Amino acid sequence: MTTIHIDNRPYPAKDGENLLQECLSLGFNLPYFCWHPALGSVGACRQCAIKQFKNEEDKHGKIVMACMTAAKDGIRISIDDPEAQDFRASVAEWLMVNHPHDCPVCDEGGECHLQDMTVMNGHVYRRYHGRKRTFHNQDLGPLVNHEMNRCIQCYRCTRFYREYAGGRDLDALVLRNQVYFGRHQDGVLENEFSGNLVEVCPTGVFTDKTLKRHYTRKWDLQTAPSVCVHCGLGCNTIPGERYGTLRRIRNRFNGAVNGYFLCDRGRYGYEFVNSGRRVRQPLLRKNRTQLLQPVSKRAALQHLGELLSGGARVIGIGSPRASIEANFALRTLVGRDQFYLGISERDLRLLASILDILRKGPARTPSLHEVELADAVLVLGEDVANTAPRLGLALRQSVRRQPEKIAKKMGIPLWNDHAVREAMQEEHGPLFIATLANTRIDDIATRTFRGPPAELARLGLAIAHALDPIAPQVPGLSDTAQALAGAIAEKLKAAERPLVISGIGCGDKAVVEAAANVTWALCNMGRPAEFCYVVPECNSLGAMMLGGGSLETALEAMNDAAADILVILENDLYRRADAALVDRLLAAARHIVMIDHIEHTTSAKADMVLPAAAFAEADGTLVNNEGRAQRFFQVFVPRGEIEGDIRGDTPGDIQESWRWMRDIMVVGRGDEGQWSSLDDVTAACAAVIPSLEPILRAAPSAAFRMDGQKIPRESHRYSGRTVMHANVSIHEPEQPQDPDTALAFSMEGYSGHPPPSLIPRFWAPGWNSIQALNKFQDEVGGPLSGGDPGERLIEPTPGKKAAYFENIPAGFEPRVGEWLLLPLHHIFGSEELSILAPGVAELSVQPYLALNPEDASNLGLTDGDEVQLRLRAQADAQVDVKADDSANTTATTAEVFRLPLRFKPELLHGTAGLPAGLTGMGNLAGVALPAWGELKKV
Amino acid sequence: METPLTHNISPGKEPPDLAQYEKAGGYAALRKALSMSPAEVQAAVKESNLRGRGGAGFPTAQKWSFVPMGDDAPRPKYLVCNADEMEPGTFKDRMLLEGDPHQLIEGIIVSAYAIQADVAYVFLRWAYKLAARRMEESIAEAYRHGYLGKNILGSAYSLGMHLHVSAGRYMCGEETALLNALEGKRANPRTKPPYPQVSGLWGKPTIVNNVETLCNIPHIVKRGAEWFKSLSRSDDGGTKLYGVSGRVKNPGLWELPMGTSMREILEEHAGGMCDGYQFRGLLPGGASTDFVTAEHLDLAMDFDSMKKADSRLGTGTMIVLDDKTCPVGMLLNLEHFFAQESCGWCTPCWSGLSWIEQILQDMEEGRGRASDLEVLESHTRLLGPGHTFCALAPGAAEPLQSGLKYFRDDFERHIHEKRCPWSPT
Repeated sequence: MTTIHIDNRPYPAKDGENLLQECLSLGFNLPYFCWHPALGSVGACRQCAIKQFKNEEDKHGKIVMACMTAAKDGIRISIDDPEAQDFRASVAEWLMVNHPHDCPVCDEGGECHLQDMTVMNGHVYRRYHGRKRTFHNQDLGPLVNHEMNRCIQCYRCTRFYREYAGGRDLDALVLRNQVYFGRHQDGVLENEFSGNLVEVCPTGVFTDKTLKRHYTRKWDLQTAPSVCVHCGLGCNTIPGERYGTLRRIRNRFNGAVNGYFLCDRGRYGYEFVNSGRRVRQPLLRKNRTQLLQPVSKRAALQHLGELLSGGARVIGIGSPRASIEANFALRTLVGRDQFYLGISERDLRLLASILDILRKGPARTPSLHEVELADAVLVLGEDVANTAPRLGLALRQSVRRQPEKIAKKMGIPLWNDHAVREAMQEEHGPLFIATLANTRIDDIATRTFRGPPAELARLGLAIAHALDPIAPQVPGLSDTAQALAGAIAEKLKAAERPLVISGIGCGDKAVVEAAANVTWALCNMGRPAEFCYVVPECNSLGAMMLGGGSLETALEAMNDAAADILVILENDLYRRADAALVDRLLAAARHIVMIDHIEHTTSAKADMVLPAAAFAEADGTLVNNEGRAQRFFQVFVPRGEIEGDIRGDTPGDIQESWRWMRDIMVVGRGDEGQWSSLDDVTAACAAVIPSLEPILRAAPSAAFRMDGQKIPRESHRYSGRTVMHANVSIHEPEQPQDPDTALAFSMEGYSGHPPPSLIPRFWAPGWNSIQALNKFQDEVGGPLSGGDPGERLIEPTPGKKAAYFENIPAGFEPRVGEWLLLPLHHIFGSEELSILAPGVAELSVQPYLALNPEDASNLGLTDGDEVQLRLRAQADAQVDVKADDSANTTATTAEVFRLPLRFKPELLHGTAGLPAGLTGMGNLAGVALPAWGELKKV
Repeated sequence: METPLTHNISPGKEPPDLAQYEKAGGYAALRKALSMSPAEVQAAVKESNLRGRGGAGFPTAQKWSFVPMGDDAPRPKYLVCNADEMEPGTFKDRMLLEGDPHQLIEGIIVSAYAIQADVAYVFLRWAYKLAARRMEESIAEAYRHGYLGKNILGSAYSLGMHLHVSAGRYMCGEETALLNALEGKRANPRTKPPYPQVSGLWGKPTIVNNVETLCNIPHIVKRGAEWFKSLSRSDDGGTKLYGVSGRVKNPGLWELPMGTSMREILEEHAGGMCDGYQFRGLLPGGASTDFVTAEHLDLAMDFDSMKKADSRLGTGTMIVLDDKTCPVGMLLNLEHFFAQESCGWCTPCWSGLSWIEQILQDMEEGRGRASDLEVLESHTRLLGPGHTFCALAPGAAEPLQSGLKYFRDDFERHIHEKRCPWSPT
């Protein structure tokens, strides 16, 4: 720390940091545009001008840009200097020369950084009399709207899109006051982080196109802190609601997790909550020849009570996309031994292996922020750009760690962004990507390796052996693979902070184990190695920590003794396991009760469907791939519905899954009053499962108050509360109460800064844009004041020696007439919920089967042809089904699929690719890949 | 009077080929330099007081001195010749490029040797087609004769040289924007520090020198600093290419002792004003320098003397304003150029200059307002050095601020008469 003098008063500052960041951290309202805490300084907009003085005697001083000036001990600057103020006001005036007067109809209005800065600068009177320039706006696809006339040429968009996120199809074109930020022609933005432009842009050039379709004023949104449910990383979000529908998602800064950015699946997947496929009322049929019919909540529960009376045998199937509390409530309802996790045996074993590795130590899992600090990375088997996109963005930053030393050596401070990039040139730190197929981050890779899972595992094991001779040796490895393993080992060994990334994306346990061996080999050498396993869903790890068997074991149990009632929690089983297995599982139950928020293949077969709250309508805890427990909060109370109209005046039947369980327990068992709020469930869970005990601290309890008040979900400018449902009833509806959290469904309450896990929106006086976030950090760009939210549940013992996995898979051998079908993941399409959002659906891939052109031509096929796929018997594939069940095998083999062919030259001879998790693939959705299959020209 | 720079140049004729250039004493400086250490070459240039001829007048040897030398210096190092001559009214480098390409090539090789550069680039204005052809031929010739390439003239020193014909932007004259353009990026200027000497082309140590500057180097090395200083009438060594354009009897370009007075250049060499035209003022060193008026004409045209007239030597090629030309119209022409050539990077430049242009356009078309003068005046302050990212906008503000000072009546007449007093209607 050092002392700087601002307007003749001393302040502490970080030596060498840029003065803009320091001034903001000290709480000064110094306006800026082009600077961004994650993007650094470039000195383009000239908005943060201040006066710098040579010494105490110097009264004249000179204007400098705060963002481009380093804080040095004794430096004397002035923010209030009249000349500096005058200059800053002129910058606002220059920007307004061409900025249109469309604030009242602009989507950015009310949270516009340009509005805030214009007011802050005191620019009020217009002197420019000329015409404003105009541009052609482009159609950039379903997610981002483009309105170039509003542009102030701050270059943030292209700096984020190209330099930070690796995009190529958005650029600054033309020059002078005509710089055009767009694509070479209209078209969908290619980069999967394009939605961040909406927040990075300080004004309304790039706005949220999904919000535009159901626009509402930003201050009229009801918001709460939430967590993304579209992959296993647990990025923090702020969903916003108005009139019972979710309108948009914004990034909720968490310095340890997502920082300033979200992926497009996370930002735009939210519309599934408004989907026509939502279950909004209890549905019931008393015999399976009938269709499901709406019934009242009371009738549904009464029916359930009757079924449960007399000691019915109840089996529960939980879900990795439901909260800890929802799963725990089901487990409590059915009893620990009757609770199953709702995933296949194969996935369960993969996840169990990961959990075991994470717990065992000595290596730990870094947070996403810590991933950015890794200086050498091996990705083994996981297509992170598609399965955990935000992790891919973190890797784009980690490859900067080693080249940054070049800049440091030249004495360039790291905030001086363009100078740093110039010094670094195209240098990237070591990043090795060994995956089934090409990935979107290959452009920053040092080396890539392509092969089926067995080959990936063998490469990983060979790296481990190259690092530590005690680790098992891989027999029969090719010279190329051997040399590559050696080269990777060298780079990992030499790194200060090596990292290994893997996951269950390629469906292979040997790959998961190989990644552990590499990490442990580094640890055994005394290197501070870390590993990061990607898990597929928002609560995969939480569900695993809760414990429970697979769908296969559930079937076994039901084969032993049929279930009277099968309760399925937030889960479409047909996506989890082979259709035949699920058919038999469902057939083995007398009554199927489905509790979910959307309709799907499984719910269509249920006898009763109870409407569950989606993530934005419920509270709960999720555990991400890091083992970080994070609380998400209810954003709004879902309303009732009559014939498609949201009925504003009465609460509907939708409620949290755990409340359904509680209600079922009440009607079925009469155990009144067990749980009255989420805290009761969380506490019960923490008491029963000690490893989950920290979830109690994931957020303050419902009793928490600031100055005796709750924290309002609505902004103080929220309008129309008393009349917004006047079309239904002129009586003001009673404000919903929230017994579960310290947040209130109101605009009234504590107006200061709540604890970090309870921040429903970032706002500060004079700061209406997302950049108000600066006011919630002690050091701008650093963690949230009070610490980044989330409780880590898994901290392995360091220093311990781990025993290597010894299983070495045989090398891949192509078969005659058969292909190994590999799972290929897609950011848009592979995830179940986001695909219900129209924007995401529009960008989704269509079903296909991929082959390399040579294999295709041997089959007489070319790109676009239809190919026939017949799956080989399941038992013969790599899935290790415990129950020897011939019926299963026959059922699968019988099915034939037809798919259009797509060339993928990097696929090895004898392997084929199938899109993972894609809807529209019929029963292929539940087939565990890799699997063997026969291909034929149609 | 010696004219080393233009000695071999015969306007309108083919330039000397390599044999003719050698015959006239060419490449002797290179042979001499190769027998000296790089530090000795740098010392000779330092002693000569050579200041950069691109416009800013920064001492050349001092610029070189920041380049890391020695075995552990980052490699490759680059020397870039700035031949992107686009300053309005300026055509001095063109004459050197077209008239004696080998003189420039020798200058580049000797300078590159002095900083131990590995590769040299000539960044040439696209419109200089003839210069491009002649430079290309001459570079090939120099390669063929062992003046370029591996082990030049049998020495341990090697240098590659490439001609890069630019896409044509005024901005590329700014050395860091030039480097960005050379790398294939937008021609936006870069932050300084780091200076190009530390992190220049492709992040490596780089020197960017002007054509005229580099052409002086062989003569300094060959004939010594004392001789070079003796050519000048001022403290800055050497001769200078001075030019005059506008309504003068004999517009043109002359190599004269550094520090020749404006009056001498204007009256003796340019032949004075055309008949029927009165002198009103001139821009001494291209469009981005302040106007001087008749009272300043006896000042020496050198870097320090011109400050006395609140102006700059710039490129030393003056543009003369006469009494039958509208000063507001002249400024509109210039500010239109600057606004158009703004790279669009920093706000004061891309927005401020187009606003200035708009106001001048309004005045010319009879839509001027009294309040416009205040806006223009405030811009001359607001676009000052340090306020903007590079020197383009401060340069654009120079003729405007002096124009407002010397020709205020003309501005006011535009506003009051609601027309341009010089326009025929």
